[in-house]
Amino acid sequence: MAGPPLLEIDDLRLGYATERGTVQAVDGVNLELRRNEALAVLGESGCGKSSLAKALLRTLPRNAYPPTGQVRLDGRDVLGLSEERFRREVRWVRIALVMQAAMNALNPVVRVGDQVAEPLRIHRGFSRRAALQRAAEAFAEVGIAGAFLRRYPHELSGGMRQRAVLAMALVTEPDVVVLDEPTSALDVLTQAAIMNVLKRIKQERGISFVLITHDIATSSEIADRVALMYAGQVVEEASAQAFFTEPAHPYSQRLMASVPRLDQDQPPAAIPGRPPNLLDPPHGCRFADRCPERFDRCSEPPPATTLKGRHNVRCWLHSKSRGATT
Amino acid sequence: MTSWLEGLARLRKYPSAVAGLLLIALLIATAIYAVTAIPYSEAQKLWRGGDAWQDLPVNAGPAWIDRLHGGEAARTVRASSDDATIREDAFEGVRVQETVLELDFEYGGFPSEVNLFLNSDFESRQPFVRLTWRTPDGEELFLGARRVGATERVSISQDQRLEGRLGYPPQVGLFTDTPPGTSEPAVRQGTYELVIETVQFEEQASLEADLVIYGQVHGLFGTDHQRRDLTVALLWGTPVALAFGLLAAVGTTVTTLIIAAAGVWYGGWVDATIQRLTEVNIILPLLPILVMIGTLYSTSIWLMLGVVVVLGIFSAGIKMYRAMLLPVRQSPYIEAARAYGASNARIILRYMVPRILPVLIPTFVTLIPTYVFLEASLAVLGLGDPVLPTWGKVLHDAQAQSALYHGFYYWVIGPAAMLMVTGLGFAMLGFALDRIFNPRLRSA
Amino acid sequence: MTSAAQTSPAPASGQSSLLDVHRLRTHFELRQWGFLRAGTVHAVDDVSFQLNAGEAVAIVGESGCGKSSLARTLLGLYRPTSGTVRFAGESLSDLRGGALKAYRARVGYVQQDPYGALPPFLDIRRILAEPLIVHGIRNRQEQERRIDAALEEVGLTPATDTRGKFPHQLSGGQQQRVVIARALLLRPSMLIADEPVSMLDASVRVEILNLLHRVQQDHRLALIYITHDLSTVRHYVDRAMVMYGGKIVEQAPVEELLRHPLHPYTEALLGALGDPDPQNAGRFRAVPGGEPPSLVTPPAGCRFHPRCPIAQKGLCDSREPSTRTPRPNHPVDCWMRE
Repeated sequence: MAGPPLLEIDDLRLGYATERGTVQAVDGVNLELRRNEALAVLGESGCGKSSLAKALLRTLPRNAYPPTGQVRLDGRDVLGLSEERFRREVRWVRIALVMQAAMNALNPVVRVGDQVAEPLRIHRGFSRRAALQRAAEAFAEVGIAGAFLRRYPHELSGGMRQRAVLAMALVTEPDVVVLDEPTSALDVLTQAAIMNVLKRIKQERGISFVLITHDIATSSEIADRVALMYAGQVVEEASAQAFFTEPAHPYSQRLMASVPRLDQDQPPAAIPGRPPNLLDPPHGCRFADRCPERFDRCSEPPPATTLKGRHNVRCWLHSKSRGATT
Repeated sequence: MTSWLEGLARLRKYPSAVAGLLLIALLIATAIYAVTAIPYSEAQKLWRGGDAWQDLPVNAGPAWIDRLHGGEAARTVRASSDDATIREDAFEGVRVQETVLELDFEYGGFPSEVNLFLNSDFESRQPFVRLTWRTPDGEELFLGARRVGATERVSISQDQRLEGRLGYPPQVGLFTDTPPGTSEPAVRQGTYELVIETVQFEEQASLEADLVIYGQVHGLFGTDHQRRDLTVALLWGTPVALAFGLLAAVGTTVTTLIIAAAGVWYGGWVDATIQRLTEVNIILPLLPILVMIGTLYSTSIWLMLGVVVVLGIFSAGIKMYRAMLLPVRQSPYIEAARAYGASNARIILRYMVPRILPVLIPTFVTLIPTYVFLEASLAVLGLGDPVLPTWGKVLHDAQAQSALYHGFYYWVIGPAAMLMVTGLGFAMLGFALDRIFNPRLRSA
Repeated sequence: MTSAAQTSPAPASGQSSLLDVHRLRTHFELRQWGFLRAGTVHAVDDVSFQLNAGEAVAIVGESGCGKSSLARTLLGLYRPTSGTVRFAGESLSDLRGGALKAYRARVGYVQQDPYGALPPFLDIRRILAEPLIVHGIRNRQEQERRIDAALEEVGLTPATDTRGKFPHQLSGGQQQRVVIARALLLRPSMLIADEPVSMLDASVRVEILNLLHRVQQDHRLALIYITHDLSTVRHYVDRAMVMYGGKIVEQAPVEELLRHPLHPYTEALLGALGDPDPQNAGRFRAVPGGEPPSLVTPPAGCRFHPRCPIAQKGLCDSREPSTRTPRPNHPVDCWMRE
């Protein structure tokens, strides 16, 4: 997984205006994604992971303040691009999005084939015929029979709809596909089948994925690297190997312990407490309230510490560990 | 419900809502003032006209408008024999009384009309009067002599012969010293006197006289062709309109909502029946039905209200509420309520209806003026309540008397303004409420 | 036609069971334009099982397998088409009026979507007072006492912090605790929880499952835990039943089921599940192709045969499998298991 980063997120900050004040949904996130790498952004609801996805695609709701920081694609900042240039040069051309198919991702009154072909006609200027031809290929790639091109969304099962949404993201051959909870509304078998499709596409096409999910087990199906978010910040970012076997942050450890497992005899353990209110987040470590390992230093914001091998953790416990660079 | 109160508290952020609330408060204050200052029976009596208004001018404009542009139009001036000095002489077996009615006329404009009301009390022989007009300069003008019945109205301004003698209509000629045919007549201000010499043939006979010099303007809103003070109608129209609008809106909304909820809850043939009834009812034209009932049966406002509510129940609202309630019926909390044993009535009234009430508040508020306008339209069509003064009836009279053609703009503007204020107040409040309770319309 | 449950394991204690479901069918007519029969949904198709007082079972299956319809039939929300449901010896379909209401008090219901399960326009005190009012407890002090006790039992302490709030002011986990408190208020002897944690965050899921487990143990409740996620079954229930295409195809004590799945469908479910493991990314999972069966036109024979890797032509696609018990206490409906 060497090579220069394809996508770099640098100190991204993003807030929403609400009636009670500003909610700082994303608060200084740094991430990088290399070519043909899958990065899982994990976190529980309200941690800012979906806002991050929306900021990448610029599909933020109207009450969001313009994000600050940088999002660099091949070294060029795309956050500062005009809306028109972003639409022409980035969205669906370089970065595509896969939403939950259950959530209005498809227009109910347009045949799925036309919807999948649409990005080609908009962004690549294909004729309808050529676009449909490519859409058929994309359907084959995600495992739907070409006959379904002429169907309407409601005639497809949930799994097939999700595959169609995936095909829509793939037709324009983007470099990065952002997957926002792509399987969370689906059944276990369908989930597994779609994860198989994603794995195959990653192997064959060399696409980079950003997988936004709250499902730790699903994230382990594809992730090369994992970033865990908590209360608007990335608290740990590591290779999947390191994250799933030796998580460093106390929150990561607790979260891993809360996953019900089939092959372990000890029951899962809950994490007491609730995440902080993002209207007024604590000054120090945001997990401190719930953390059994907290000590005096935790009332100060913890620095991002890099452990060996691109393993970043935002926790005072690790700030003095050997080999750490702050 | 706290969430409602939160919504209402948010109203302060919308200037249009505040303005709307102020207008509504003004209307409510007017309504309360009207029903307390002029009791219902009084209002009815006043509006029936006749004696109650004999002292008011016909088709007079509002006084304050005249004052606004510095006019000096005449107000109504009265002089009564009760306040006058009466000299009495015995003469050849009859009594001769001389009553001098004095009045100060200080206006720049001429009066609109001059009437003398005479009430005499006698057994068999009518008294005989001689009327003489005395100007501030002391000139005397004989206005005629006549026998007087028990009640007599002497329309001095209608006297054709007098007009011929004066060269002007009497209400002008009596108050000017400009010779006719020279220039525009100018008012001679000062104290005028009407001298009434009465010959009484009986011992006990008596005579009361009231002279009324009618003004060109009157009161807040002027008067109509029957000398009725429009203020009464406009004041009393307020509680009538508000009550009609509110009752009709409440009646239709509440029953419609409950019926829609019951249809959605029971489904099947109940729902189908309600839907078919609604579809039939929607294509029935409301106004012609009301006109028919008003023409053939009665125009009582309560009957109209009842018909409006009954016909309003199975209205398009049922379709709208049904669409809103269908997803509510599927709510897990409704299922939970069934699972813990809540009855059908409880589910409909406690769990389904309240769920969509906040969304209905704006609709409800904007519905009120709709019914106010409906009531006014009926009255304009001549189907107003027979006894109550309403805005619509004023408009109806104005139209019947070609008010605008004659330039009696105030006759139309008064009630129209009240209707517009009502519509505006509720609409401004309703639209603000809509933005609060239907957040999808709210732009961030 | 037989099903796994007819030879289901006898209640361990030997006493008669609290809930006895026998050959239950719940079908729905599909109608076009409100009257033309367009088909029948075989949502629950010949299901039998027993549940003892204080016993917890899981019903596992994918969406559309009929597990929620089964739950609603047991709650008396759907009328069974045929078969019987006996609760404490009484047949559910015979219950009317007051007796049905009394039954509803004895069965608590926890739903999937905690926010939707609470009327948004009432505060928590009022929401919890509703079942009490419905069941004739109108004394305000008695209501308060029971509401506070229920809130404290589900860990919303102190109760005064929660009582006056509206559902939207609570987190998902807290909302689900209120739903559980409501289910417990009428002191039921059975709890039916339909996907109680699938809409919650990972860390909250465990809290709610632990809570359900604790109240189940404390009150010796019978618990029917309905889920699509086999991984949340372990540690929380005694027995699990796997449902597919409206039928229960396999049932066994949880550990037995997870270690020795017999039905190819159960095997597929377990094969598709993974514990978080960096090795997952490197391997493809064996997933049966195809889609779950239509409940309107279910496949002939074994309903899993079109997707089954070991289906035998001429047998599995024509004859419905009978129930067999290749391992003790572990009945399964599959021709290929002896």
